[in-house]
Amino acid sequence: MEIFKQDPNFNFLGHRRIGFGLSALLLVISIGSLLWQGLNLGIDFTGGTLVEVGYEESIEVSEVEAILAETEFEDAQVMHFGSPREIMIRVPPMDGVEQAQISEQIFDKLSAAHDGVDLRRVEFVGPQIGEELTEQGLMALGLALLGVLIYVAFRFEYRFAVGAVAALLHDIVIIIGFFSLTRMTFDLTVLAALLATIGYSLNDTIVVSDRIRENFLKVRKGTTEFVMNMAINQTLSRTLVTSFTTLLVVCALIFLGGEIIRGFAVALLVGVLVGSYSSIFIASATSLALGVSKQDLIPPEKEGSDQPDLEVPPSERP
Amino acid sequence: MNRYPLWKYILVLTVLTVGVIFALPNLFGEDPSVVITTEDGEIPAEETQSEVLSFLEEEGLSPAVHEVLEERWVLRYDSTDRQMRASDMISAKLGRDYSVAMTLVPATPQFLRAIGAEPMFLGLDLRGGVHFLLQVDLDAMINDTLEGYERDIRTLMREERIRYSSIEVSDEQDLRLIFTSEDLRARAEGLISEQVEGIEIDKQPSNGDYLLIVKLDEDDQQEMINLAVQQNVTTLRNRVDELGVAEPIVQRQGSDRIVVQLPGVQDPAQAKEILGATATLEFRFVDHSDFPFTGDPDDPDAVPAGSELFPTRNVEHAGDYVLLERDYIVTGERIIDASSGYDQQTGSPEVNIRLSGTGGRIMNRATRERVGDHMGVLFIERVTETELVDGEPQRVSREIEEVISVARIREALGGRFRITGIDSSEEASNLALLLRAGALAAPIDIVEERTIGPSLGAENVERGFMAVVIGFFLVVAFMAVYYRVFGLVANLALFTNLIIIVAVLSMLQATLTLPGIAGIVLTVGMAVDANVLIFQRIREELKAGTPIQTAIDRGYSKALSTIADANVTTLIAAAMLFIFGTGPVQGFAVTLAIGLATSMFTAIVGTRAVINLIYGGRKVTELKI
Repeated sequence: MEIFKQDPNFNFLGHRRIGFGLSALLLVISIGSLLWQGLNLGIDFTGGTLVEVGYEESIEVSEVEAILAETEFEDAQVMHFGSPREIMIRVPPMDGVEQAQISEQIFDKLSAAHDGVDLRRVEFVGPQIGEELTEQGLMALGLALLGVLIYVAFRFEYRFAVGAVAALLHDIVIIIGFFSLTRMTFDLTVLAALLATIGYSLNDTIVVSDRIRENFLKVRKGTTEFVMNMAINQTLSRTLVTSFTTLLVVCALIFLGGEIIRGFAVALLVGVLVGSYSSIFIASATSLALGVSKQDLIPPEKEGSDQPDLEVPPSERP
Repeated sequence: MNRYPLWKYILVLTVLTVGVIFALPNLFGEDPSVVITTEDGEIPAEETQSEVLSFLEEEGLSPAVHEVLEERWVLRYDSTDRQMRASDMISAKLGRDYSVAMTLVPATPQFLRAIGAEPMFLGLDLRGGVHFLLQVDLDAMINDTLEGYERDIRTLMREERIRYSSIEVSDEQDLRLIFTSEDLRARAEGLISEQVEGIEIDKQPSNGDYLLIVKLDEDDQQEMINLAVQQNVTTLRNRVDELGVAEPIVQRQGSDRIVVQLPGVQDPAQAKEILGATATLEFRFVDHSDFPFTGDPDDPDAVPAGSELFPTRNVEHAGDYVLLERDYIVTGERIIDASSGYDQQTGSPEVNIRLSGTGGRIMNRATRERVGDHMGVLFIERVTETELVDGEPQRVSREIEEVISVARIREALGGRFRITGIDSSEEASNLALLLRAGALAAPIDIVEERTIGPSLGAENVERGFMAVVIGFFLVVAFMAVYYRVFGLVANLALFTNLIIIVAVLSMLQATLTLPGIAGIVLTVGMAVDANVLIFQRIREELKAGTPIQTAIDRGYSKALSTIADANVTTLIAAAMLFIFGTGPVQGFAVTLAIGLATSMFTAIVGTRAVINLIYGGRKVTELKI
């Protein structure tokens, strides 16, 4: 079985303006949403207390809110978590209240009001830890990007490195924008997924770049754009197959993995989709726009008569 | 072409065999068990064992299996209900001479245990339990030390008649001295640098005044902090041991944080009570009206008013009981450090004690007029125990009070003094440990607390496992349809990959957490990428008319550099995650990195071995790819 019986020959880079336009639109929406409503940060980042309880029967959010309204935690955020029988309560950091006791008081209140309340999870994170995590997260992100930039510049060429990092930034902003727009909770697992996405998107970008380099060395004729398009088309089957298998697993996580891991899985889903797209329309198109050419990739000592086989194989002849 | 040398097949087979053996223990699950050891951490005597067994039989709580494992007596049960009940009963019956803990003991068969194959360790999010992150309050400790120096320097200035405008501890964690003339400041500086150790002195121009800034020496301060945090870890570990939790984790994290993880503990309130428990020390004068104590300890009239009678622990020459005055001189909170050593003149063991500034001042004032008297060190500890009340186990907390040292006061004591007349160096180091470990070296705050209920933990395991299985089969089905024979080979590699990941995690005794499972799942999705790259290349070569055997070979060799580049870049990302992430993110990074490494091996070396076996070295007319 094959996706393409004939070699595909889509003019991806010819339509790069459409790609850039689409990306620009997505980026504007993402950044706009981030500026306008920010992220719904989880307690890992904000600090505070999270209490998850299970009821024997379905319970309304308003009912729990009514119970909490009589306490000092009236501002607590109450929501269903996974099923109508499970409730998650988030209390922001409070001055003057012994943080670690909040969960006990809330649980006592809830179990006094209903029978059979089961305390499933309590998390308390000090505001200072939250700050540190945000710093650490940003640092990990920054250093990961820097590491990639250096490695790709060293192995390929600086224009490819710029393209790869541009694609990564593009993916990161869009994933964060997605979480901002949908108001999904951005917590530590989502950060992990974001960083995993960097790995995935990078994988994709490197596979395409690798093929571009190979083609530059092999194909004598044709414009830079033509050679790059050829590489993208040659790797297209692989890109689609790999994204598809990864998406299969990610979907298994989304539907079966449970509520705690859902944010993680959704971030991966967006990451895989955007990552595959950006390896073509951002990474390749950016290095093309920066004016990468055949000469940049040919090792200097191999110039001239030492050139290896420059014959174009029949299948790749334009 | 396409034939592997024999050693490569042997390599693949060896990796596979080792992988299977070390992954195997994870299949057997765990038994809820009760683990019993004596207070000294030894196996209970045979008679105690049979006594416990017959007691359990009476209660209808006989264990499924009982055996001795790694110096512990393990009773295995088939349900957690029975295990919990049995544990309560046993601990109530045996009392505090034995440690009775509930735990899950891996049901790994003996032959696997013999070669060191153990299952992965499940994280708290998968088995339930409490996690605390504690922050040591170093500022409070440093301020206390500075106050000690403040007192010393004031005394010094007074003795040498150097007038000063003010001496005070500032908010910047230093000591500020203000003088009215350059001359006074210079004299003070010379004197302080000569007399006081462990500080740095800094002069600063200030309008009209002459300011001298005394700071703790950077190295000294670092060592003090190190000791304090280390001591807190020891203290907390002692307290956690009292909880009877199996496999607790008490670890230092970073410069001033301590992680405490208590698997299976569901009541954070109780855990906090014990972690923050007040094991305190008190220095008190001995009541000489009856010393050594000769009266009847059960007779209330033998104790004079204003005194209290306490039992002694390992205190030689003082009898079984000691009368101490009711008022204490100072408490253990004032102890900054205690260490054992030897008297330089007599060579006999001694314990050196360092009190905080305030502590030293009080001690000095109190002992000045009581030279020749004895001083006792009282150890007070609050413990929680299980007792049988009307046949039902109940938790009770009570205080234990014991005198751990009695010593004669030879001269007025200050911030530093020593206890001599100790019989052995062992006793000296034990006393030093008790003095240090009795109380926390610096106050601690809980900065993070996470509790996962056991039902949620079990649910997480089940769901994570389901996601892996379903995701795996979806990918396997797709690969088989899309790449036919080669797809099946890739699936074989994928399956092997999963086994090797589990084996490596088990060998490293890594802790499997929910994000770790996610890392495995993601690896399954991405692991096929290497094979997809290879297979697409082979297809391309075949389309270009390359002969079959050459096509296979070129497919593998051409894809190799791409795979290497792609994986190295992903490894860079994983490394960054590991270095800069915390707990769960690190767990994810480790599984991701292991997954990348094993998938490269299985996808490149492993599949090639199988493909070579199927197609290598013979005439092939059609390739099913």
